[in-house]
Amino acid sequence: MDMRMKGETLITLTNASVKSGGRVLVEGVDLSIARGEIVTLIGPNGSGKSTTAKMATGVLKPSTGTVSRKPGLKIGYVPQKLSIDWTLPLTVERLMTLTGHFSRPEIENALAAVGAGRLLHAAVQELSGGEFQRVLFARAMIRKPDLLVLDEPVQGVDFSGEVALYELVRQIRDTTQAGILMISHDLHVVMAETDTVICLNGHVCCRGTPAAVKRSPEYLALFGTRAAETLAIYEHHHDHEHHEDGCVVGKGGTHEHHHDHAGHSHG
Amino acid sequence: MLGDFFSRALVAGVGLAAVTGPLGCFVVWRRMAYFGDTMAHSALLGVAISILLSINMTLGVFAVAALVAGALLLLQRQNTLSTDALLGILSHSSLAVGLVLVGFLTQVRIDLMGFLFGDILAVSMEDIFIIYGGGVAILVILALNWRPLLAATVSPELAEAEGLKPEVSRILLMLLMASVIAIAMKLVGVLLITSLLIIPAATARRLSATPEIMALVAAILGAVSVIGGLYGSLTWDTASGPSIVVAALLIFLVSLTVPTARLFGRRESHGA
Repeated sequence: MDMRMKGETLITLTNASVKSGGRVLVEGVDLSIARGEIVTLIGPNGSGKSTTAKMATGVLKPSTGTVSRKPGLKIGYVPQKLSIDWTLPLTVERLMTLTGHFSRPEIENALAAVGAGRLLHAAVQELSGGEFQRVLFARAMIRKPDLLVLDEPVQGVDFSGEVALYELVRQIRDTTQAGILMISHDLHVVMAETDTVICLNGHVCCRGTPAAVKRSPEYLALFGTRAAETLAIYEHHHDHEHHEDGCVVGKGGTHEHHHDHAGHSHG
Repeated sequence: MLGDFFSRALVAGVGLAAVTGPLGCFVVWRRMAYFGDTMAHSALLGVAISILLSINMTLGVFAVAALVAGALLLLQRQNTLSTDALLGILSHSSLAVGLVLVGFLTQVRIDLMGFLFGDILAVSMEDIFIIYGGGVAILVILALNWRPLLAATVSPELAEAEGLKPEVSRILLMLLMASVIAIAMKLVGVLLITSLLIIPAATARRLSATPEIMALVAAILGAVSVIGGLYGSLTWDTASGPSIVVAALLIFLVSLTVPTARLFGRRESHGA
């Protein structure tokens, strides 16, 4: 299905479930991420997106099923929320070395790569939402991770910042060949470069390319046809076309040959 | 002019401040003030048990404080009462049980006021060895584990995802606090120990741009409080332990007048 060369498998979840206090948070998740692959999790609140990501990062152990990681897998993590108390004095420079030691040039390069070079000496409590998110990206990337886990990376970022962050994710994937697991903050927005969209609702309700998921009956049942109409697939501007009204068309749609999808319902 | 006991008190107090400063920063960052109080209150229970079982008092106090911390961890997992309420129960009941047990110890004369408020002027050379030996050990452990401890403080989830062990860091911090309480009890007493952890660290925040500087500044401010408090108690013939705390408080109040332009960071945080 995918024309892109896939690297080695970094992480595999097999029939993984998490139960907490007699309640099933998510069940029967099968998921694997390879080097250079982008996997996006979407689903309503409480559908198990974060739980699934936490199993991948090792923060949560599956109650049943297995999680296997490539030995020595290095994970970079951009959390959904990170509130740093005023009592903790932390400059951006110091935040960059939170979980590992890096030289000053390495720190400057990592910040420059996300366009946050001038923030080196800023106190983290003084950053705007978008600046803070960029710094968190740089902090995760400086580790040169094999797997980058992004929990709602564009939450609280304005539209232009959102576009820039998606572009950054694409660049990171292209330049480092890291595998990327992303939780989308919005049911209706998925990066076009996503290789696999996994739609969760307590279990995996459907999966596939963004365009395939958009047309799948399970997605339509879960989110309704209106959601499907508005599912925006973020495209990078070189390899696809935009509609004149500015909405973006997925490359898995009718404009490209895709033998396993009929494509009739393309919006 | 100075009695020998006074020099010993100065040396012991400064040594203690060097440890409570950096460790106190973690207490402030992690909002463990009440937790520290609870562990400190359990120290009196540790004293009583040490005497009953005739074991080393420093060890006994450390063991009981660590046990109370462990009990809290277990109770928290039950997800029933809030941590706040659990701390209230553990804090006051361990203090009360300690006081009751001390009442039963008729064969030994116990200086209750000394344990509650400390008697820094009575420190012996042996006490100084314990403070410096234990203090150096605590500081070395703190320094060697600084990065994981700080990462776990900023975000346990992030630390865990990136291969650190935040739960180990949490337990390590509790053990270090239990150690500090065990060596500090004689000097400032169970009721005032947490003030040496919190006040210098809180003062240092306004003067520091990084966690490391804050730890260093807190240690220095703690030492200044000890020196100022002891000289104050000598001059005005006031109780030594409380005088040290009052000195720390005065420095804190003075720090509030530092012009805001000198402050690093604003009083707001990120995230929803």
